[in-house]
Amino acid sequence: MQGLKVSLFITCLADHFYPEVGEAVVHLLRRCGCEVDFPPNQTCCGQPAWNTGLEDEAKAYARAYIETFENSEYVVMPSGSCAGHVRYFYPQMFKDDREMYRRACAVADKTYEFSQFMVNVLKVKDVGARFPASVVFHNNCHMQRELGVKEEPLELLRHVKDLVLVENPRYDLCCGFGGAFSVKMPEISTAMADERLGIYVGTQADMIVSCDGGCLMHMGGRAERQGLPVKTIHLATLLWEGVKNSGL
Amino acid sequence: MPDLKTRINTALRDERLRGAVRYTADNLRTKRNAILADLNEQAAQGMAIGTFDDLRKQARRIKEHTLKHLDYYLEQAADQIRQSGGTVHWAADSADVVRITEEIIERRQAKKVIKSKSMASEEVALNHALEAKGIEVVESDLGEYIIQLAHETPAHIVIPAIHKTRQQIADMFGEVAGRQLTTDTPTLTRFARETLRQKFMAADIGISGANFLVAETGTICLVTNEGNGRLTTSVPPVHIAIVGMDKLVPTLEDLAVLLGLLPRSATGQKITTYFNMITGPRRPGEPDGPEELHVIFLDNGRTNLLGSKYEEALMCIRCGACLNVCPVYRNIGGHAYGSIYPGPIGSVISPLLTDFGEWTDLPQATSLCGACHEACPMGIHLHEHLVRLRMDAVEKGKADPGFTRLMKLWMTAWRNPTVYRMAAKIGRLGMRPFVKKRPDGTEVAERLPGPFAAWTNTRNVPPIAKRTFHERWAELEKEAQR
Repeated sequence: MQGLKVSLFITCLADHFYPEVGEAVVHLLRRCGCEVDFPPNQTCCGQPAWNTGLEDEAKAYARAYIETFENSEYVVMPSGSCAGHVRYFYPQMFKDDREMYRRACAVADKTYEFSQFMVNVLKVKDVGARFPASVVFHNNCHMQRELGVKEEPLELLRHVKDLVLVENPRYDLCCGFGGAFSVKMPEISTAMADERLGIYVGTQADMIVSCDGGCLMHMGGRAERQGLPVKTIHLATLLWEGVKNSGL
Repeated sequence: MPDLKTRINTALRDERLRGAVRYTADNLRTKRNAILADLNEQAAQGMAIGTFDDLRKQARRIKEHTLKHLDYYLEQAADQIRQSGGTVHWAADSADVVRITEEIIERRQAKKVIKSKSMASEEVALNHALEAKGIEVVESDLGEYIIQLAHETPAHIVIPAIHKTRQQIADMFGEVAGRQLTTDTPTLTRFARETLRQKFMAADIGISGANFLVAETGTICLVTNEGNGRLTTSVPPVHIAIVGMDKLVPTLEDLAVLLGLLPRSATGQKITTYFNMITGPRRPGEPDGPEELHVIFLDNGRTNLLGSKYEEALMCIRCGACLNVCPVYRNIGGHAYGSIYPGPIGSVISPLLTDFGEWTDLPQATSLCGACHEACPMGIHLHEHLVRLRMDAVEKGKADPGFTRLMKLWMTAWRNPTVYRMAAKIGRLGMRPFVKKRPDGTEVAERLPGPFAAWTNTRNVPPIAKRTFHERWAELEKEAQR
């Protein structure tokens, strides 16, 4: 699987708040022999517009993404939610426009969430990381339901040395982020985070690992505010830190 | 009724309610998962008619076909009901159901009505209308009886009193009994049985809903666990069934598929304790059954959905599985939704049914996690319909204007890569005064102004990075060339 050309879609959230996640993805992909490029005209996948009912605006983002990435071999992003949006909803948006539909399908087919790409395309399960911690994996809703990615991140985590992977007793339960929902309905959103965090604290894991900046920001921000004994970390960051730990 | 936010906040403060709802929702979910695993295993051994996914696919095909030919099946059902001695009524809306029922009551000089559980009757607020005319209406489903005593509406499609604790129920029953009751199940059910048995015997009219109505035979099907459905429909001299037009199933064979899904999805049972199939009133020579059988087919906006992007919502078999897995429902219960159809399916159909209020804000109360779609035995794309309803609200100008304008402005500007990059710089600067440095060197914002406070009121937020990924890329690119 050497020499695959991969375009990185950083996602707006990672770009602004978690750029180290993007760096980790780049380093890990390169370590697996991929050539990584970064189209500078990328912005957001448009999910915030779609989910707040702004169909035209959401379509404009989809068009921009399609134009930016349709010549790429693969597009990889550190977010199951954004990847789910591209793969699942982009084709739907253009079902009445044959030409755009074809282009949307083509770009959707080569769009991958990071762990999905590592395990299913690169066939890499062991990145050579060591990370001495007890962690629980938080399944992002759109990743497990729209993208159908459930096992891939767990495969990667199971191959990390000195890492204890605690079973998630409620992998189905949303953390309450939900994009604009988190500020539009902050009361329920926070109540959902509290329930979710309570379950994770109960597992006694040191860290919650996820493949989505949204869930991490939401649960992490709430855990910090409440002084809960659990940290949050993106899967790519954990893996890259682990690779550095094991002395490259 | 207070607004949605107020209703939600009231529910969130009620720990007893939330505890009760979570307890039962989890229970139902666990039972459902177990029985579906069991079904899949049996199917693998050739001992069942199919796996859950097989049944779901078949059920969808049946419903798709039925909805496509609904006019045909409605007529067929009506013919069959008439042939077996029943009377058919057509109700366009709530008022029609009330009028038709009142006409029957008046003609029969009826005073007392007993009811088995029917969401259609709740939808048209029938009890309220009849009680206003001085008719005694008694709910005979245990859960419905409880909420009737509490003067409430159902908090769940299948488990109306999901929000009540055992103690609350014992207290309410005790008040009716005039003595203190213990909280054990035998005591509570014995009290309900003794009280309701008299009501069944005294009732002039029994009113039921229908879980399914088989078109080829005109058969009303009732799925219950308490036997009250059977008494309601066979003891009083008149039986009225209120049947949503979406309840039609073409054949008995089709019924087998849907019946394989309903109890499993609703309560985690292979089949319920009672399953009634009612075809016509009492025939000459039969010892029991009602003298008159009336079927009221209720539209109330259902047929408007035919051929629309929401047609799929008519496939719902009202199992409540989407409520039991919903992370919002479990935290606020049913009443906070306001509509008598709560949870994901309620947030979809409440704004779509006519004569039923607007409910345009309900589709906002969801994180769009999709657990509902995953659990739905009919595979209804509930979370996608919720997004479409948000789009409709924006289009019709019914969405929150301030929020929509803000989102539109932001989303339109951000599409431009130059503006997007510039916004990061401005945002970083703007956030600066609110960023605190922690002892470990990391930074955090705990209080942001304006619309951002909605986040920081309950959650910390990291500052926008000193250098965004866009700003870091050049370096990363150089690294590769080294």
